[in-house]
Formats: sequence, structure tokens, C-alpha cells
Amino acid sequence: MRSEITITVDGGRRAVSVDTRTTLLDLLREHLDCRAPKKGCDHGQCGSCTVLLDGRRVITCLALAVSYDGSEIVTAEGLGADGELHPMQKAFLEQDGFQCGYCTPGQICSAIGMLDELAAGWPSHVAEDLAAAPQLDDAEIRERMSGNLCRCGAYVNIVAAIREAGT
Amino acid sequence: MRPFAYERATDVRDAIERVVGDPEAVFLAGGTNLVDHMKLGVRAPERLVDVRRVAFGGVEERPHGGVRIGAGVSNGELAAHPVIREGYPALSRALLAGASGQLRNLATTGGNLLQRTRCVYYQDATTPCNKRDPGSGCSALTGYTRYHAILGASDECVAVHPSDMAVALVALDAVVEVAGPQGSRELAVADLFRSPGNEPQRDTVLDHGELITAVLLPELPLARRSTYLKIRDRASYAFALVSIAAGVELDASGRIAALRIALGGVAHRPWRALRAEAALRGTVPHADAFSAAADAELADARPLADNGFKVPMARRAVIDVLTRLTERP
Repeated sequence: MRSEITITVDGGRRAVSVDTRTTLLDLLREHLDCRAPKKGCDHGQCGSCTVLLDGRRVITCLALAVSYDGSEIVTAEGLGADGELHPMQKAFLEQDGFQCGYCTPGQICSAIGMLDELAAGWPSHVAEDLAAAPQLDDAEIRERMSGNLCRCGAYVNIVAAIREAGT
Repeated sequence: MRPFAYERATDVRDAIERVVGDPEAVFLAGGTNLVDHMKLGVRAPERLVDVRRVAFGGVEERPHGGVRIGAGVSNGELAAHPVIREGYPALSRALLAGASGQLRNLATTGGNLLQRTRCVYYQDATTPCNKRDPGSGCSALTGYTRYHAILGASDECVAVHPSDMAVALVALDAVVEVAGPQGSRELAVADLFRSPGNEPQRDTVLDHGELITAVLLPELPLARRSTYLKIRDRASYAFALVSIAAGVELDASGRIAALRIALGGVAHRPWRALRAEAALRGTVPHADAFSAAADAELADARPLADNGFKVPMARRAVIDVLTRLTERP
């Protein structure tokens, strides 16, 4: 069964007919030629398919595309402006925050969404005091980024990159 | 994945009408559990009725006390809401201990409650499972049982309810607002979930076509002095081995005037620790009393081959959390 949807991806409006079974991830990669979000586990466990959906970080492998008609998506491909990398992308380069690079687009989108949550005062599991404004320390970064796995184990430099971009 | 029709509900009434008459129809919200199960081939609905854009309302303080949480509020928003952080810290902490940031932004309040009670065998369509295929047998009973139930299970199902949020809601005496074809009803979150008995395919008492529209938190003094402790195999982003949500109210003399305790990771439903509560109500807080109360609660525990550790773990979790809650000024 098919459905017509319109979705904005990295600034461009796209009208497309999709099988209702299509996930947002498969829509992006297979139908809209946007391969920045990666298919890792395809079951919501690894975070490599993370994008910003209407400004919030989400995974796309468990989201049905039909449900997000009219939404605005920003992937790692759409973060930079005027030929310049986004500061988070630069920080990943400077801090060597990846090895094979497969999880990196998801890490970067997740980190950007995470910093917005932190700036809005959202607490995390490691908060001593739920009422206090959270500070960007390594424990907070590690906890808030626990939904993004890196099988190369580049975590030390990923944390450094996020700390650099966030401070 | 089996093909399915997709329909977007405009409001609660419309959503119910689209589902109630079709036994193969289900509600879709964040989809983080349902879509995963459809991919795994363990669920195959013919019609999805999307309630993601239904106006269930946000997080609202009620005129006579308490809070109403619309069913569509995301787990991420709810955990961060000032009213919840201040008045119901156990709920905020339980949500923050669950899933990952990206999942919490998709997952909804109603959907979190209605995620399946499950184990790895339920999710593996090649194995027998009474919950997935009633009468086929339980693979867990002769399988790997580290993550399974120690309380209230049956010989047909030993899966545990995976929600952290639900454990906190039971401890906080929350109520679900449910809409159905005959109108609305309210029931305690503690009564929403079932023990498996001989119908493990049924996780909740809801009828087909009934839809959770909100969670109601009562005005509850002990909720302000409440917390959530989750013990798991990783520091983050893992299901609970054992968890506990508890709230305590002390009287002027320092005795326990009121308390509510719920355990997670131990049963097919969030486990209200009624025996432990009864043993401690009116007493002076003391670690030995906490230990004895936990022992009373766990007296009926029936550990499986690989999860005997959950009994002392649950006891220590009770002692730890109650000690912290009664020590604070």
C-alpha cells in the first residue's frame, strides 16, 4: 500500500510516493539519495541513523515515513552552510573523533541535538540535582550520547570533540 | 514486513472508531516498539491508526492538585518538565534512566505504557513463545533467564515489563485516563498491567479499541521525596536487572508516615511492594527494618536458573533507596 508525502530534507522540499512500510531511514537513503544517515542495527539500538527531526534528535530506523508527512529533517549532510562545515563537524575532525566514520553522521546529529537539550536545561541520568542547570562535563556527554555506539571505540575523541564544540 | 493500511486519526473518537471494529487494527504512536516488532515479524497488524498528531494535551497542573500528562507527550519532554522534576522526581529519574535521548524524543507517554512485556524469545519468531503464539510453549523456561521474572510469573511466561516510567508511575499512585467506544474510564496504573497467568498474550487489562489519552498524577506529599534507582549490566542504555521507585513521607517525629514502593525488572508488571510498605509504615527508619521489609516482599520470589542474583540485588536496592530517602533533611 502506498501513500503520498511531502517532506523537507536538508532544506529541500521533496514530494514522494512511499510504500507504507518504508522507514524514514530507508526513505532518506533509498528514495531521496541522502546517505548521510547510516543503517547500523536497524532496530533502534545503535544511533547511526540519527537525524534532527523538527529540531530534535531522533533515530529514523523505527519511524515510519508516512507518519512524518510535512516534517523537516536535517541530516549530517545539511548541517554546514555556505561551504563551511558545522562547528561540530570541524571539532570531530580536529579531535580525530572517528575511525571508520560509519557512526559519525549519527554521532554529529545526536551531539548537536544533545547540546540543544542541555542548553534548554534538560537534566540527564547522571544529574545529582534535577533542578540544577546541567553543565557540559565528560560524564554528562557520555551519558547523553549513550544512544550512539561506535564499534571502533573512538569514544575518547568523540567526547573531546563534543566538549570542544559545546564550550 | 506484512503490508498494512496506514490511517491518520484526527481525534480520539476517530482513532477509536477506526480500531474498534477491526481486530487486525492497532494504534501507532512513536512506533519505537511496534515498528521494531513488525520488522522482526513478531507482530503483523493489517491496519495502523496513527495517533501521533491527536491533541491529547501537554503537561498541565490541575486546578485541585496533581498533574495531567497528555498521552502524546514525549518521554524526553516529560522527564525535563519543571513540574515533574520538582514534584515527582522519581518519574523524571525513571524516564532519564530509560532508552536513549533519541528514543525518548520519539517515544510517548501512552506508548511507553503499552510497549510489550517481553523477553528475547518473544522477539525471536523462530522460537516457541506463549505470549507471541499462545500454547506454543515458553523457550525462556529452559533458556537463558538472566533478565527474567522472579515474582508473579507463571509456567507459561516469565517475561518482565521493560518500562522504567511505569515503575515510577505505580509508586506515585498514577492513574491512566482511557477512552473507549463506551466512553472514558480511569484506572490505576498498577491495575493496568496483568500478571501472565494462563493468558500471557495479554499484557494489560485494556480492551481492543481502548486508547490511553492521559496519565494523571495525584497531589502526593511523598512524591516530592521520591527517587528511582536502576541497576543494569551497562552504565547507560540498557534494560533494568532490578529497579526501584519509592517515595517516603516522614512525620514530625521522624517516623515513616507514608511510603510507596514499586520494583521493576522482577515481574510481568511493575511490582508494587505492598508487604514491604506495610512492614515499614509508622516505624522509625532503620536499615535493619528496610532489610526485613524487603525480605518479606521477596519471600515468594521464585528465581530461575540464571537470575537468583535478583533476590539479594532487589533487597539491597530497597535498603539503599529507603536509606537515602529517609536520611535527607
